[in-house]
Amino acid sequence: MYAFELVRPATLDEAVTALGAEEAQALGGGQTLIPTLKQRLAAPAKLVCLSGLAELKGVCIADDGAVCVGGATPHAVVAAEAAAHYPALAALAGNIGDPAVRNRGTIGGSLANNDPSACYPAAALGSGATIRTVNRDIAADDFFQGMFTTALEDGEIITEVRFPVPERAAYQKFEQPASRFALVGVFVAKYDDGVRVAVTGASEGGVFRWAEAEAALSGDFSAGAIAGLSLDADMMIGDLHGSPEYRAHLVKVLTGRAVTAAG
Amino acid sequence: MPKDHGIGASTKRREDVRFLTGRGRYTDDINLPGQAHACFVRSQVAHGRLNGVNTDAAAGMPGVIRVFTAGDFERVGGLPCGWQVTDRFGAVMQEPGHPVLATGKVRHVGDPIALVVAETYDQARDAAEAVVVDIEELEPVLDMKAALAEGAPKVHDELTSNLCYDWGFVEENREAVNKAFETAHHVTTLDLVNQRLVPNAMEPRVAIGDYDFATDDSTLYTTSQNPHVIRLLMGAFVLGIPEHKLRVVAPDVGGGFGSKIFHYAEEAAVTFAARHLRRPVKWTCTRSESFVTDAQGRDHVTRIELALDAEGHFQAIRTETYANMGAYLSTFAPSIPTWLHGTLMAGNYRTPLIYVNVKAVFTNTVPVDAYRGAGRPEATFQLERVIDKAAREMGMDPVELRRKNFITQFPYATPVAVEYDTGDYNATMDKLLEIADVAGFEARLAESKARGKLRGLGVNCYIEACGIAPSHLVGQLGARAGLYESATVRVNATGGLVVMTGSHSHGQGHETSFAQVVADMIGIPDNMVEIVHGDTANTPMGMGTYGSRSLAVGGSAMVKATNKIIAKARKIAAHLMEASPEDIELKDGRFTVAGTDKSVAWGDVTLAAYVPHNYPLDEIEPGLEETAFYDPNNFTYPAGAYACEVEVDPETGKVTVERFAAADDFGNIVNPMIVDGQVHGGIAQGIGQALLETTTYDEYGQLLSGSYMDYAMPRASDVPFYAVDHSCQTPCTHNPLGVKGCGEAGAIGSPPAVVNAVVDALQRAGHSHITHIDMPLTPSRVWAAMQG
Amino acid sequence: MTRVTMTVNGKAVSGEVEGRTLLSQFLREGLGLTGTHIGCDTSQCGACVVHVNGQDVKSCTTFALECEGAEVRTIEGMANPDGSLSTIQQAFQDHHGLQCGFCTPGMVMTASALLAKNPTPSEAEIRHYLEGNICRCTGYHNIVKAILAASGQDVSHLGHGDAVAAE
Repeated sequence: MYAFELVRPATLDEAVTALGAEEAQALGGGQTLIPTLKQRLAAPAKLVCLSGLAELKGVCIADDGAVCVGGATPHAVVAAEAAAHYPALAALAGNIGDPAVRNRGTIGGSLANNDPSACYPAAALGSGATIRTVNRDIAADDFFQGMFTTALEDGEIITEVRFPVPERAAYQKFEQPASRFALVGVFVAKYDDGVRVAVTGASEGGVFRWAEAEAALSGDFSAGAIAGLSLDADMMIGDLHGSPEYRAHLVKVLTGRAVTAAG
Repeated sequence: MPKDHGIGASTKRREDVRFLTGRGRYTDDINLPGQAHACFVRSQVAHGRLNGVNTDAAAGMPGVIRVFTAGDFERVGGLPCGWQVTDRFGAVMQEPGHPVLATGKVRHVGDPIALVVAETYDQARDAAEAVVVDIEELEPVLDMKAALAEGAPKVHDELTSNLCYDWGFVEENREAVNKAFETAHHVTTLDLVNQRLVPNAMEPRVAIGDYDFATDDSTLYTTSQNPHVIRLLMGAFVLGIPEHKLRVVAPDVGGGFGSKIFHYAEEAAVTFAARHLRRPVKWTCTRSESFVTDAQGRDHVTRIELALDAEGHFQAIRTETYANMGAYLSTFAPSIPTWLHGTLMAGNYRTPLIYVNVKAVFTNTVPVDAYRGAGRPEATFQLERVIDKAAREMGMDPVELRRKNFITQFPYATPVAVEYDTGDYNATMDKLLEIADVAGFEARLAESKARGKLRGLGVNCYIEACGIAPSHLVGQLGARAGLYESATVRVNATGGLVVMTGSHSHGQGHETSFAQVVADMIGIPDNMVEIVHGDTANTPMGMGTYGSRSLAVGGSAMVKATNKIIAKARKIAAHLMEASPEDIELKDGRFTVAGTDKSVAWGDVTLAAYVPHNYPLDEIEPGLEETAFYDPNNFTYPAGAYACEVEVDPETGKVTVERFAAADDFGNIVNPMIVDGQVHGGIAQGIGQALLETTTYDEYGQLLSGSYMDYAMPRASDVPFYAVDHSCQTPCTHNPLGVKGCGEAGAIGSPPAVVNAVVDALQRAGHSHITHIDMPLTPSRVWAAMQG
Repeated sequence: MTRVTMTVNGKAVSGEVEGRTLLSQFLREGLGLTGTHIGCDTSQCGACVVHVNGQDVKSCTTFALECEGAEVRTIEGMANPDGSLSTIQQAFQDHHGLQCGFCTPGMVMTASALLAKNPTPSEAEIRHYLEGNICRCTGYHNIVKAILAASGQDVSHLGHGDAVAAE
């Protein structure tokens, strides 16, 4: 790692101020950032540690029933505390990385990084979540802007993510065998006004919604409803773990399985 | 009743207490006073002309003590290769130089160019980034067949081509084998790849050089499986330090699997740097660095052909293999695809005619050398896959086809130059079918089907040549070293023993199992015997641990030395009891005059040896310490049969290993618990090779699977519990313990079982076009195969 | 440099660290607690797992300064107060759940965290919980067996229930 200053603000305001400095970067759980720093692929002058901010931690239920997850809430806490309210979200959180990673890694860190193979972006996009920052609310549909790219401004901290709770939902993750990220992951959620299908791991453009499947499933929420659909392999990631064609195929298989699992 | 001590007991390992409490002492745990830290500048490109290295900026950076470049090593030898193979035309292999730091050219990503030594690691790394390297990129040579094409770029300009050698074995049989194929009833042909693997011992390599200018003594602490070999190679061939002025210490070592046999550039570089700087220099490899510097394994591209008669008797085997050497010849690299591979091509079967051709090729990749099994997994995989394919083509049961061809008479001289001393392949197969519950397969198949899953069963055999090796034989085959082993047994006055062995334990549990052997021979508690290994300063010259040789060769040396001790102790006991040595019996730690009730305890005798008041000083010397060297007469031949059951998800192609069984014949067993553990670990590595692990270079020679983010190591959830059995025991006939070695079997026997099982599952599901899928059988590959 | 203070294995410790100093570095280099091992640089192998405030974390992917005021427990603090091996450590020895010993500290720390949450985990739960701990020696058989045994479950069907103590 290159040298940097690590600051531990006690309040959100202090964190915002600290992030105003030149070359400052937020540190969530660090489970992706620290390995990146070790490879010397990033060189921040200052890391602003968010893990000490109690106000960004925890899961609560809003008046409208939405599950609200503080931006610095570790995955393990979401897995435990969201289980009664949004089981599909809790299950997804409980299967990110490994137990030690889940004890440190945070939802805000994951969404801000927007790794094309991460699980949380699928949950956020698949739930039509709202990403609340210190400045504003951003709809998930506007938040994800391509791999490792989001609507966040420099220094903008995710304070909370609000998940409207669907009638039914499930996440199916097909693991890349080395990293245990999603080779493909599909989050399916059925709401009053339609079905959302969010796909991670598959596309060069990062997490995306599969519109055709959403349309088909909104009419008939069964695995059979997508039988006639297919995805264009051209937009899919091809690497040593799977060809674009394979990923396109997996998206469909996993979407069907998610629908079945959602019941 | 299971034994509760000595040979045959599942004694808990004494070394575990320190490992379980954080008190292990691995090389990286060592920090010497005044220690400086090293970071290597490494090539980022696979192939290029090294036009210049500018260290000016780096040298002035904070904390930097010295930047070494190739010029500093001009008077230093290159890294030696320990085995010279003679090709099928009688010429010796092409052997390029292997400088400590790249000279003239860089030849693989990771090739070391400069060494930065600084006060801290971070400072060394900062400065390493400031070293300016002028490299003119050249077209890399990556594919082996392309490397041999006319006009291909050369990895080593001074060689005539990228061909290291073209080896034929047994060359005299070549025409006879070809004829047999012309007249065979049936020929089965299989093209396959035994993919390159990264050994990935969990402890990354570390080297600390130390130098005492007052005494001119150098010390190297290193993560090695064979410290004496490193001392000899580095002292004599690289740095020119006589062995008595060089000490090599390999303390607790966190796994090796072959990758820590070899002498690496970093070891020589830090020892050299320490002498120049007169202070300790420590290098700790990062995992990312180990992916581009640790010698890798396997990487064979093979065509194997099997000729059979109408009844399925094997008539002849012919193979052609391209074996990747990587950019340089690692310490034992040339021997792996040849003598450790070709000699096993008979497997467990009577095949009268065999011809093996191996073309070893230089490419711009990390050097390839021994990895658990080393040559024998490659031989086993080809043979056991082609037999399965032949059985299918001929409509025969694969187990019956194997049985029909089993060697049943021993000793058996194969047509590939080795003589199996003992074995009972039907017995291990019978045991396998029992512990694998093959009879219950159909029911499990039906149950899988009901869940929409495909299921398959794969069975295979293996044999390996272990206990390497008779020195006179390997010398004839091109080894530049002897392969004996050594032990010194020192008995203390109060009766406790210290055994100093040339073997090295890096997970095998020698401290426990070796002590069991010696204690058993004397009839004393195991904890009266201490095992010392890993330091050239206090162990006799030994060749170390690899090739499943520790107990068979190192244990035999220890038995020899202990027998010398017992013989002398018997003379002392005879003197004390005024009897003749021939009448003295040793049992349960007491010497007794046969047929009388006169006896003396072990401790009385050992005390007498060191307090020789009443002692036959005119016949024997005081003291009780003996050294023995043991050089075996033959290899040992562990063998067995393995079975794997898999489920395949027909929608995703994902393979799940549902059951795995191994029936091994290791001859006699010292510690059954440890033996089981060795097999377990080997099986997981074999499953890893079969399903998960791939070493993939892109077209530029960059390693795509260069971290655990892309190199899929087997995890707990990738494997099942294993059923293992080693009750079939045909003891080795030529070593005193009757042991054969167990370290590599699991990794040798398991890959074909897994692949046979997957092919079986797919065939049963009607994918009759699928006769082979190259490893690793990733979901993506299996799915693609199913698409036709 | 910044001063960091924490409790490690029940003892108050402090030291000067940089922002980039990892908890694993602080433990190994600062405190000489070399039982915590570094087997990779991508946060996957788990040889570095320790407990921070009772939770299993990868100390190579946590900054020392993030642990200001924390209770940290390492493999060196896992034995019983009288120095004897704790139940989970003893189970690893009894069932040969380690070979080279390098991954072992992380395995033990992860296993003990699992058992704290789930006192009688199933085989599948154990295997899943070990997702972030890589062992190259044991093939996991005896690690899973040791954890089952430490939780009081019958492992006699899993081979070599007859391991014996050295005399």
